[in-house]
Amino acid sequence: MISRRRLIGSLAAGSGGLLLAGCDRLNASPRFRELLRGGEALTMRAQRLITDRGALAREYRPEDRSPVFRSNGTSMPSSAEYAAHMANGFADWRLRIDGLVARPLALSLAQIMAMPHRTQITRHDCVEGWSAIGQWTGVPLRLLLDIAGLREAARYIVFHCADDFPGARYYESIDLIDALHPQTIMAWGMNGARLPVPNGAPLRLRVERMLGYKHAKYVERIEAVASLAAIGGGRGGYWEDSNDYEWYAGI
Amino acid sequence: MISEPGKPGDIAPPPTAPARGDIRPLVRRHRLSTRLWHWLNALTVLVMLMSGLMIFNAHPRLYWGRYGANFDSAWLAIGATADEGRLRIGPCFVPTTGLLGLWTDHEGRVQRLAFPGWATIPGHYSLSAARRWHLAFAWLLVVPGLLYGLWSLLNGHVRRDLAPRRAELAPRHVWHDIVQHARLRFPTGEAATRYNVLQKLSYMGVLFLLLPLMVLTGLAMSPAMDAAWPWLLDLFGGRQSARSIHFIVAMLIVAFILIHLLMVLLAGPYNEVRSMITGRYRLPRERDE
Repeated sequence: MISRRRLIGSLAAGSGGLLLAGCDRLNASPRFRELLRGGEALTMRAQRLITDRGALAREYRPEDRSPVFRSNGTSMPSSAEYAAHMANGFADWRLRIDGLVARPLALSLAQIMAMPHRTQITRHDCVEGWSAIGQWTGVPLRLLLDIAGLREAARYIVFHCADDFPGARYYESIDLIDALHPQTIMAWGMNGARLPVPNGAPLRLRVERMLGYKHAKYVERIEAVASLAAIGGGRGGYWEDSNDYEWYAGI
Repeated sequence: MISEPGKPGDIAPPPTAPARGDIRPLVRRHRLSTRLWHWLNALTVLVMLMSGLMIFNAHPRLYWGRYGANFDSAWLAIGATADEGRLRIGPCFVPTTGLLGLWTDHEGRVQRLAFPGWATIPGHYSLSAARRWHLAFAWLLVVPGLLYGLWSLLNGHVRRDLAPRRAELAPRHVWHDIVQHARLRFPTGEAATRYNVLQKLSYMGVLFLLLPLMVLTGLAMSPAMDAAWPWLLDLFGGRQSARSIHFIVAMLIVAFILIHLLMVLLAGPYNEVRSMITGRYRLPRERDE
């Protein structure tokens, strides 16, 4: 009896320390991390299953906007090309659209701004937990993809960016459910002015049902692909490859 | 005693032939579904709490309303000056050096994260790993929780064992139970086979209020869920309010767990833990009044 009593007591006392050491060891195990990744697949499937795929993110009134919209990540790409584009107001800058499209394109900022545009006041949710509300103006991504003519085999849209991170330029990807969504725009305007440099000038992605790291800034190339395997480290984005963030950033 | 003998989990009448030595009878106390869910949840809630604290460390500030970031005013913030860890709630600063904001890790290095390594999963800063744990274990919280809640409604556990009766809710009765608890005089004999009103209220509160609030405020932080179920935002008054409520309710659950563990220790940990493992509980000795 006493020994069992002691056993339960020492189990309780030891379990705290063991749990912590155990969790860190589990966290380092590739097999366990793969198991946890299963949660991501489950979450994405469940969210897609129980929600309307075309549901619109809430749009806010102008007075609901954050007084200061926090910019995050890169606030100024460091390359000489970007500096040159910035110096002449992005007049020679081009957006390339290629990959699995019928008609690869190179569009100037003036051409993009002349296209039909959408203005929306939406909430930006960072993976860290903070939110900021801002107004965005841009061309629906769907229009750009329609002009380029998405091929049958295309499954994902990859955004190649001008901002440099350790070892790579920023890149992100979304699937066609989000790419063709009416609120998914390539924004060139913010809060009634041209998109500022810290927020991704001249052109950034707004994909309103996803966390902030999906909203690629400084986009200079949009590529349609059938698989993400050949993009960067194969997980579909800079943070996904470098720090094991989830590719599905809807939660 | 209300009992339907023979059905598993129901409280059986005391056996007529008690065990040698101890004359107090062993009774059936917790049914299998309760025991399974209890231990699964003990693990799941701990992982959710600890990985949640790591996620909080990524932005240790809380706001009310729709938006909230560094330039906006936070109602709660954990941070540090040059040499002091500080928790700020509204206008009040609490020094927390060594515990929050400024602490030394097990290798002796000074860290400036909000919650210390011993309280987080993983024990070092990693938002992405904490999210992997949190969002995977959320499934273990939600799916068995829904099944258990539904099963407890169907099998009468809620109605028979958890729902307080009208007489128990009389202020005098509740006050009597509070006084008895404060004097550490716990029910004995036949009364010990049932939950008292304070237990009923706290278990019902956790099961049907706190846990659903945790899940719903968690979902309200998901931009995809907000698009699909915009009522989540209206229910909590915006995403940042939902994040604040998520944190507050988590702290209430911590408080529940601490009181729960204290009560187990005071009521006799061996008997209590055994009853949650095997389902069998030895009735406490009658007090000499």
